[in-house]
Amino acid sequence: MSETETRDAPASVHGDTRPTERRLNMVEAINEALDVSMARDDNIVVMGEDVGYFGGVFRCTAGLQDRYGKTRVFDTPISECGIIGIAVGMGAYGLRPVPEIQFADYIYPGIDQLISEAARLRYRSAAEYIAPMTVRSPFGGGIFGGQTHSQSPEAIFAHVSGLKTVIPATPYDAKGLLIAAIEDNDPVIFFEPKRIYNGPFSGYYDRPVQPWKRFDASIVPEGYYRIPLGKARLATEGDQLTVLAYGTMVHVAEEVCREKGVEADILDLRTIVPLDIEAIEASVKKTGRCLIVHEATRTSGFGAELSALVTERCFYHLEAPVERVTGFDTPYPHSLEWAYFPGPIRIGEALDKILQDLKR
Amino acid sequence: MADRPEGTGRAGENRPALSLHVPEPKFRPGDTVDFSHIEVPEAGMQARPDETCDPKDMRELAYGLVRVLGEDNRAHGPWDPKLDPETLRAMLGHMAMTRAFDERMFRGQRQGKTSFYMKCTGEEATSVAASMALAGDDMVFPSYRQQGILIQRGYPLIEMINQIYSNKGDKLKGRQLPIMYSSREHSFFTISGNLATQTPQAVGWAMASAIKGDSRIAATWVGEGSTAEGDFHAACTFATVYNAPVILNIINNQWAISSFSGFAGAERTTFAARALGYGLAGLRVDGNDPLACYAAEQWAANRARANAGPTLIEFFTYRAEGHSTSDDPSGYRSAQEREEWPLGDPVMRLKRHLIELGEWDEERQEKMDLDAAEHVKKVTKEAEANGILGHGLHHPFRTMFEDVFEDLPWHLKEQAEQAIHERKTKFPEGLPNEGKGA
Repeated sequence: MSETETRDAPASVHGDTRPTERRLNMVEAINEALDVSMARDDNIVVMGEDVGYFGGVFRCTAGLQDRYGKTRVFDTPISECGIIGIAVGMGAYGLRPVPEIQFADYIYPGIDQLISEAARLRYRSAAEYIAPMTVRSPFGGGIFGGQTHSQSPEAIFAHVSGLKTVIPATPYDAKGLLIAAIEDNDPVIFFEPKRIYNGPFSGYYDRPVQPWKRFDASIVPEGYYRIPLGKARLATEGDQLTVLAYGTMVHVAEEVCREKGVEADILDLRTIVPLDIEAIEASVKKTGRCLIVHEATRTSGFGAELSALVTERCFYHLEAPVERVTGFDTPYPHSLEWAYFPGPIRIGEALDKILQDLKR
Repeated sequence: MADRPEGTGRAGENRPALSLHVPEPKFRPGDTVDFSHIEVPEAGMQARPDETCDPKDMRELAYGLVRVLGEDNRAHGPWDPKLDPETLRAMLGHMAMTRAFDERMFRGQRQGKTSFYMKCTGEEATSVAASMALAGDDMVFPSYRQQGILIQRGYPLIEMINQIYSNKGDKLKGRQLPIMYSSREHSFFTISGNLATQTPQAVGWAMASAIKGDSRIAATWVGEGSTAEGDFHAACTFATVYNAPVILNIINNQWAISSFSGFAGAERTTFAARALGYGLAGLRVDGNDPLACYAAEQWAANRARANAGPTLIEFFTYRAEGHSTSDDPSGYRSAQEREEWPLGDPVMRLKRHLIELGEWDEERQEKMDLDAAEHVKKVTKEAEANGILGHGLHHPFRTMFEDVFEDLPWHLKEQAEQAIHERKTKFPEGLPNEGKGA
């Protein structure tokens, strides 16, 4: 069992590049998770637009068709409804499909197959049929993708009973979480924050990107390991406040806290359904303050759920109102991308507000 | 009229005015029905190509009508499946049982024993005969009017009734609307209730079977109305792209609740002709001719098993009853349609064929119908012992929270506790039916 146990991610340490350790970016980590999983279980099939010979527009499936053949890794028609629909049927047969939706913004034509079918198959058939699929999809902005290559629709899926939603923030986590998602017997939406495929994002778009290899979270063990769904990661530890974030925003929050000298428990939620409520409660009860950060639009965003949960469960421990920092309630703009993005100014001001009466 | 873009002035003012066509069925309530516009070719006249033929060499079959049983009650032509009398009698028996079951369940709904029911009267052949042409372990992805498949595959009636009553015997734990059956044991996929979603799923199952080098094929059923859904077109595309071993059965019963088939495009072409644009084999079949239904499904199954590709079949039939217990067809169509339907009734046609063969008679038919009704009545009583909808004999409260996920996460555990707390608040002495049901 030792190989299946969770290992804690190494902490991020700037500039530490021990040469003996293998360092991967998030694309390579995801590719390796698929590779490791496919080698272990020949019921796993990978399909999607451009994922076969070409290896995916972000290269996440590179080399897999060569290794596992065209009937296990194949291109599909441009039909997300069809991609998810056939994945439901394949799951009913006994396969474990891992469809890729090229951008999360394209997932909507497949949403009926996800919400009305995959998510409810186990329930409506009293477990006669299940949908053990993992839908991988790059999401989030910060790459000048405009309104159709930048969205963060995680709250739509979190709202659906029967779906799990996973969002990794590091290469180490991406590999372990993806392996766990693929092995999960329920449908999982696996959103990959494409802004941090190549390196964590500080929130300063005008500074050069730091590649993953400069951070220890890029140390990815070879072979098989899994990170259980529903366990948050404490990215940094501190007792002034709790920051709840996932994906790209974990790194932006880290950078802003570091700059401002704020000592925060930054909880990288990793999965929003199931949610690690224990970790959230324990941290907020310790710090008494809570900031929620996500890139998605504000109204009915997942931050609203988090804010409600923290208020319901930790109210008497709170010393300041819960704050949310989010994207604005507009479509994702192209030229004004960085005005939309919940960057260092928005986060910094929220931190100041939450901490204003805190004696430093 | 909407404003034109500024600066275009009076350009185009002298062009003719456009008009929008909104389809209208030929007959509404009270109208005299005349179906003489429906072309009914003579039985036996349609060519039967080799199962492995190129779809472009069988174009005409997408516009014609494959028929076997003639006006003389005899089987004709190359599509005659040449079934032995025993098989024909079994087919008749399954169809009669389906009809008897529908009658009883419809009445049960009217008596308040359940919330909803849907009959398949007049369409029995499209499920029973088609299902008989498949192997028992071929996977079927039905819509909601294929109860004939379950009956043909020997699914116990009591399981169907338990499901319809959502009682404590319901294998699906009372979670699904009546008639949305599921039976993995009978290779029968869980019925959704959302329309056409099952069609790409069937293609995916068939692709999986092909990936694994299995020999089983998949078949799906969809109404002509819901072929308008994107899912159906995704299914056709994926089926043709991967040459999937799948059969796409379209049940063209003319009506989708109150919308006639014209709202799915029937005024312009046949549903079988959808196949042509995709490069699928397409067959248009007399859906009230059980032998033609069997023969077409068998042809498509042979084609799929030979790795020769998918087939789209349009079964041309008529929905003799309302859409469900929730609508009154006299409010939107002429009651004469049923009587005037030019393709007759599938049960009657098969009965007359068997009599013509000297393998059946009216007395045996009467006895069979009576036995079927008696059997359904007996099983209904047995099922009622497990409860009827709304009378307390349901599954325990906690089962409401099971199977959302494989494991119960914290938020569902909390909500399950709340539900049980509410029950105890309402029934401090225990449930009225405690010990029997919850």
